[in-house]
Amino acid sequence: MARSKVVKRVAKIASAEPSLIRVKVAAEVEGAASKDSARRESPIERVTVNKAYKMYVGGAFIRSESGRSFRIKGVKSTDPEVVNIPRGSRKDVRDAVLVAKNAQAGWAGRTPYNHGQILYRLAEMMESRRTELAMSLVREGQSQSEASREVQLAIDICVYYAGLCDKLSALLASHNPVAGPHFGFTLPESLGVVGVVAPRAPSLLGLVSSIVPVAVGGNAAVVIVTSADPRTASIWTECLATSDLPGGVVNVIYGQVAELLTPMAKHREVSGLSIWGDLGDLGIQAEADATESVKRVRRYADGDRALLSTDGARGLGYVEPFLEFKTVWHPMGM
Amino acid sequence: MGSLMKRAFLHFVVLLHRVISSVPMSSRGADRAPLILPSSPTVDAVALEERASALAKRSLKKVAKIAGLRLAIRMMDLTTLEGKDTPGKVRALCSKALRPLDTDHTIGPCAAICVYPNFVSVAKLALAGSSVAVASVATAFPSGQSPLAIKLDDARRAVDFGADEIDMVIDRGAMLAGETAKVFDEIAATKEACGQAHLKVILETGELGSYDVIRRASDLAMLAGADFIKTSTGKIQPAATPPVTLLMLEAIRDYYYATGRRIGMKPAGGVRTSKQALHYLVIVKETLGDDWLDPSLFRFGASALLNDVLMQLEKERTGAYQASDDFSKD
Repeated sequence: MARSKVVKRVAKIASAEPSLIRVKVAAEVEGAASKDSARRESPIERVTVNKAYKMYVGGAFIRSESGRSFRIKGVKSTDPEVVNIPRGSRKDVRDAVLVAKNAQAGWAGRTPYNHGQILYRLAEMMESRRTELAMSLVREGQSQSEASREVQLAIDICVYYAGLCDKLSALLASHNPVAGPHFGFTLPESLGVVGVVAPRAPSLLGLVSSIVPVAVGGNAAVVIVTSADPRTASIWTECLATSDLPGGVVNVIYGQVAELLTPMAKHREVSGLSIWGDLGDLGIQAEADATESVKRVRRYADGDRALLSTDGARGLGYVEPFLEFKTVWHPMGM
Repeated sequence: MGSLMKRAFLHFVVLLHRVISSVPMSSRGADRAPLILPSSPTVDAVALEERASALAKRSLKKVAKIAGLRLAIRMMDLTTLEGKDTPGKVRALCSKALRPLDTDHTIGPCAAICVYPNFVSVAKLALAGSSVAVASVATAFPSGQSPLAIKLDDARRAVDFGADEIDMVIDRGAMLAGETAKVFDEIAATKEACGQAHLKVILETGELGSYDVIRRASDLAMLAGADFIKTSTGKIQPAATPPVTLLMLEAIRDYYYATGRRIGMKPAGGVRTSKQALHYLVIVKETLGDDWLDPSLFRFGASALLNDVLMQLEKERTGAYQASDDFSKD
């Protein structure tokens, strides 16, 4: 008799007659031991190690401070696994913004070349987890080939943005013609903390397409993931955690956009909002909430979701909105 | 048995207090008879830390939170004790103490400004006519490792400059070497040197090593005439912690039961967030009751705390989380 069965049996006895427990357990275990030795050749039944999927804030994997969670289930009938996922609260958003604020200057202070190195390493980490990422997408209901294609595309986007990092200045800065013996330079700088609402779908490609360009510009991101199955996001954050990206630069919270977007849009420490997917009135409300602290807001609605499903959203245009441009004058000298 | 020992201790404290207060310090010359000080009760460290952390689990929301935070601001000794302090910085801090939030005059003012002796006159001028007191650190702050004459002179000069409160440091070296009588005498001498100024005695709990020594130092300071006992200079980590504060508040409570004198408490250093401040207020309320929830008997020695409290108050008022850059620093 396998051990788990012994345990069940003991529980049954215990509920029936407590005084008999000791005697019966001894007998059961003895019996089990002799049978075990007889079946030593057969594989031993082991306790499965289930994964606790958590949010990623400040370089650590955390549960919600609220203690809340929601239950999710694989879409396919062959996947009966039910999993509890932390459900982020407004306070989680607040805490994550603080963490992001503290991490942002250090990230922006690194050289663009180093940004590129780290994002390329992110691609490497995703490459080594291709199977796991694809499996997670299949669990969401995609076919194997669709899933593999999405993972590949997501990795390619990371490589694309890794290459873009040290070209930003060359592409966006300018030497302005001015009247007088001066140089006039316009230089891109990071904006600060940017709030991101990741698209509901496609879950992996959407994350990469919405978050990476924000980080390219030296910003720190607080991301609200609203997809039906945040397990893909969780696996992706494990890639982030091993990519040398400093903790706090990308913070990922799972939750409901209706609950979390308003405090993020109103938060005065957040300098920009990147909202993906058609959120209807919530998106409009977020724009209104953002006015008080004069945030930069970009909304990428359906058109971009279509773009995601073809070859991914990539380009300078996704980086530029979350940059600040500073113009300086400098005397030419003789 | 425990309560019997406690009663014996309190009885001893009462007697000693009567003896000490009947003999003026100046008449106790160098040839005085050795002073025998009562022993202090030992501290149950596990129970102390458990109680301090249990009190931290109290949740204060909305109206109670706002009231607590507003009180915390009125209890604050806004502090700058840096080598780079300038008259300009001290003046800026004074304006902040007078009116912590420019858009709301009902918030504050803070209880006091805490500066080095050199800036007492600057602060005094900037705060003239207000309820904000000027506290000065003295007695060879922060180490206290100078001859007594210099330390007393330091305190006297600070009072001459106009300090309303003196924050002295004890000689931790002497305390750890077991020279408790020396520590006691130095506190008593400083109290005398302070004249009318209130005396806060900094124990620098982070250097005292154990809760028992902290309890002992608290008892000594109160017996020697402290008006306040204060945890730390802010220069040493760990500074104020909830268990240490709870322990010192319990010493104050025992002393109050024994003598009827109300001694104030000032945790300093390490209190940075609104949540921590509210936690301390809960500890005070649960240990000493409402009487001590007053700037005359409880203070926070802090600099960064004020902005965090203001950010929380503004969050409650506007519903939006605030940015630290929107609040003046220094």
